[in-house]
Formats: sequence, C-alpha cells, structure tokens
Amino acid sequence: MSKRIPYGQNYYPPVPTGFTKWKRISKFWQFFRFMIINLKMLRMVRKH
Amino acid sequence: MQRLLILGAGISGHTAALHAWKKLKGTHEVMVVSPNKNWNWIPSNIWVGVGFMEPKQVTFDLEKVYYKEGIHYRQAKALEIYPEGNSEHKKPCVLIEYTSEGRRGQQEFVEYDYLINSTGPKLNFNATPGLGPEHHSYSVCTYGHADETWKALQILINEMRHGQKKRIVIGTGHGTCTCQGAAFEYLFNVEYILKKEGVRHMAELYWISNEAELGDFGMGGMHIKMGGYVTHSKIFTESLYAERGIKWITQAAVKEVRDKELTYEDLDGVMHELDFDFAMLLPPFSGVGLTAKNKAGADITSELFAANGFMKVDGDYTPKEYDNWSPEDWPKSYKHPKYDNVYAIGIAFAPPHSISKPMKSKSGTPIFPTPPRTGMPSGVMAREIAFNICDRMLGNPEKATRTASMAKMGAACIASAGAGVLDGTAVSMTVYPIVPDFETFEETGRDLNFTTGEIGLAGHWIKHLLHHGFIYKAKAKPFWRLIPE
Repeated sequence: MSKRIPYGQNYYPPVPTGFTKWKRISKFWQFFRFMIINLKMLRMVRKH
Repeated sequence: MQRLLILGAGISGHTAALHAWKKLKGTHEVMVVSPNKNWNWIPSNIWVGVGFMEPKQVTFDLEKVYYKEGIHYRQAKALEIYPEGNSEHKKPCVLIEYTSEGRRGQQEFVEYDYLINSTGPKLNFNATPGLGPEHHSYSVCTYGHADETWKALQILINEMRHGQKKRIVIGTGHGTCTCQGAAFEYLFNVEYILKKEGVRHMAELYWISNEAELGDFGMGGMHIKMGGYVTHSKIFTESLYAERGIKWITQAAVKEVRDKELTYEDLDGVMHELDFDFAMLLPPFSGVGLTAKNKAGADITSELFAANGFMKVDGDYTPKEYDNWSPEDWPKSYKHPKYDNVYAIGIAFAPPHSISKPMKSKSGTPIFPTPPRTGMPSGVMAREIAFNICDRMLGNPEKATRTASMAKMGAACIASAGAGVLDGTAVSMTVYPIVPDFETFEETGRDLNFTTGEIGLAGHWIKHLLHHGFIYKAKAKPFWRLIPE
C-alpha cells in the first residue's frame, strides 16, 4: 500500500489487510475460488 | 447454393463463420473476407505489451483453419456494400480490395445471399491530435502495437534501473473512448512488471480516463454483494488503486498529446497539462468506413450506417434523455431494418446509446465512455445470429427467432492485474444484464445474484485457461463447440 496522505485521493478508499492480500494469492484458497468462479461463469453461460 | 458472406474475422466474425459452417454442413457456402492474415486473441494483447507473451502466442494463420474447414476466405478489406446489387450484379454484393501478397490492391465484387458485418472498429487515433504509436503515445489494441509498446517499456525500465524516475500515464486518449477494461488491465500489468523488475519505486503511475468514476468500465459500473453490503465497483476499484499506489484522473477528455506532455479537459471545461515519460492511451473507436450504394449507384451510406460508421440494426435510435432509456432500445436480432439479409454484430453494430450516463463539459466536450462490447457478448450474438441465418438458408425461417440483446445477456469478464502464475492476480467479474435494467432490477439495474466480482490468483489462472481454450476453439480443433462463447 502506498503512503496515505491525509485528505488526499488515496486516503479514503478501503485497502486490504495483510490477511486479505494473503488470501488473494494463497494457492489452497485460490484453488477453491477457482472452482467457485468457474461455476459462476458457467451459470452465466447457461443463461444464454 | 446460397452464400453467407462474413466481413471481418475477429471474435464475432470468426465465431459466426465456424458455427454457420458447422450447421450448414456444406449445403451452402460460407465466405469470410478479412484484411488480416492472422486471427488475434485480443484480450491477451495486454500480456504482449508487458512481455509475458510473444505476438505468435496470441495469433494464428486464418487461412489454414478456413482451408481445413472448407470455409472460403479472401484476405481483403470490404469497401462498398450494394444491398440491392448493381448494374453488373443482380444479387446483392460487396466490393472488396485484396490485401494479400500478390493480389494487393486488386478489387472484386463478391455476391451474397446473406451478409454479416463484423468488421469491428477502426482505431480512430486521428480523433486526438498526437495520439497513437505513430505520434506520441503507445497502444495495445493490436498485437503489433502491443509488441512495440513492450519494447518501449523495456527501455524505460532500463532507464529506471539507472536511477531515473519516470511518470507513466495509462488510460483513454479521447473523451468518448471505450474498452477502459483493457487499459485497466495494462495499467496493473505494468505495475506488476515494474515490481518484478525492482523499479516500482522509481515510477509514478497515473490512470487517466473519461469515466465518471473509477470502476465505471463503460457500463455505469456495477453493484455487488460483499461483506454484508451492496457496494458499487467504484469502491473496489479505488481500493485497488490506493493499494497499488496509483493516482487517478477521471472525467477527463484528452485533447492533445505532445512529446512527453498531454492536455486534457475536465467536466468544468478547464484544461490541464500532464507531463509523462511513457503513455499508453487507447483511441476512440469508429466504424471502418464502409460505404453503401443502391442499385442505381446512389449513395445510401446513411441508410445503412450511423454517423459514427457503425451499422444500424434493429435498435431504437431515437435520441432520448438518459432517464428515458429502456432495455428495449437495444438490438435483438441485429438485422438491418430495411435489408433483412444484412446483419451487424460485435463492435460493428451501432448501439442505440451509451450505457454510462452521457456527460458534457461546460464547453460542450462529451466526456463519457461509449458502450463496450467484449468477447462474451460478441461471441454469443455471433452464434445466435449465425444460427438464425442458417435456419433461413436451410428453409426453416420459422426457427430463425433467436435473440441476443445486451439488455438480456450477461457477461463474464476476467481483468488481469498482474501476470504471475503463482503471485499474479485478476479481477473476475460476472454481470447480468450487461445493459442495466432498472425496470426489472429497480435498485441497481442488475441481478445481484448473477453480478459478482472478486480479485485473486484464481482469476489469473482462469484468464490463462481462457487464453488457451479460446485459441483452441478458434482453431476449430476437435470438440471446439464444447467450449462456450
């Protein structure tokens, strides 16, 4: 995360915690998300 | 034997050709006219632009595939459509000009029974003075552009290694650009590669865009359910920019690009200067410049095409205020209202209006994204329209009732945010419907059960999988039809 400047552009948005960032690249968790996202996309494909 | 003529062999044209050929089983002819020798999986061009892939990994020779499949192919560009025929040809026809070696510049009339215009966009760099690879900014719109951009980025990285600080500007190069998603992907891939090269601290990264807010992506953004809230994509997108230390300028129309400096106008009509060392700015799109003539030879281009050069189909093109827009405005059959054997799909059809709310600066400059037409909707409309045409050719017009309105269709989209097999990330999104429907989904315009988004390594794996899957499909290898659009 870049240094947040009070009242600056990057001061207000939520930023991920270390745990969230770890989850984003955790192989185990992401394998599970890989299956879920694929199912979501297939569900979308089946709508048309 | 009738002929289906398809102009263009991008995602929509090529998909239509393969499906039509499979359904017609050789009973009628399918012919593709495309000025390009190679097919290009455009979504992966951003990876060519950061050196993660070579141009040959995102392209293949079209002729070989068409030869194998029995699809007729002309490497040529379409110039004029004669939907009523002309003095020499009783049947409707198209004037084409060859671009292949040996026949370059030769012209020929090609007759058709059914026509699909899937010519895609013209990259209109001329809309902004100084924009584009021939002038002062780079592009990733074609694999050739992306390759040049990567070469320039490598030089920049080398200079940063030698202690020079650089400012990199990525985004849209005009007030009415679309495809913000592609620029977004390039921005985050550049950020990733700078980190990998150990020079991230030497670069100041800027996003400049005609979006009203971050996360608009030309579709008015989207709301998703997460953490007990229904939250707009603006929040998640700003979060990603803040996390990666990227500054952003929105509501901006780039007016001029000069050597290492650009001018942009904001919604207040105020002009600003921004200097840079490297800029990748997307151009606005327009139609490819096809014209049309009637049987008598009179120009009827305005009957077939909207002012922006895209082909009119069965949308409602009556000018309306934003509050009066309806999902019903969007085309369903993609058939021209007068010439019912002429269709336009993918980027080639004229949208009835934008999806994002139109905005103008105080001095009257339009500053809002035009509608994106990404791979999935382009592929779906190509398949449905190809099937309709095949049913008509096969003498079953009663079956030709399939529709593919973007207001009734969803899309799945993966936006790469760093191409690393073990530490990359991508934003995985599903949106339904693409065009918000505030009559059916009063609160957000979209079905929150089908509109989702998250970022993670899984998204990168899926993008990689899609890259290989769609190239396999486009090569018409065994069981290609099992891979959905």
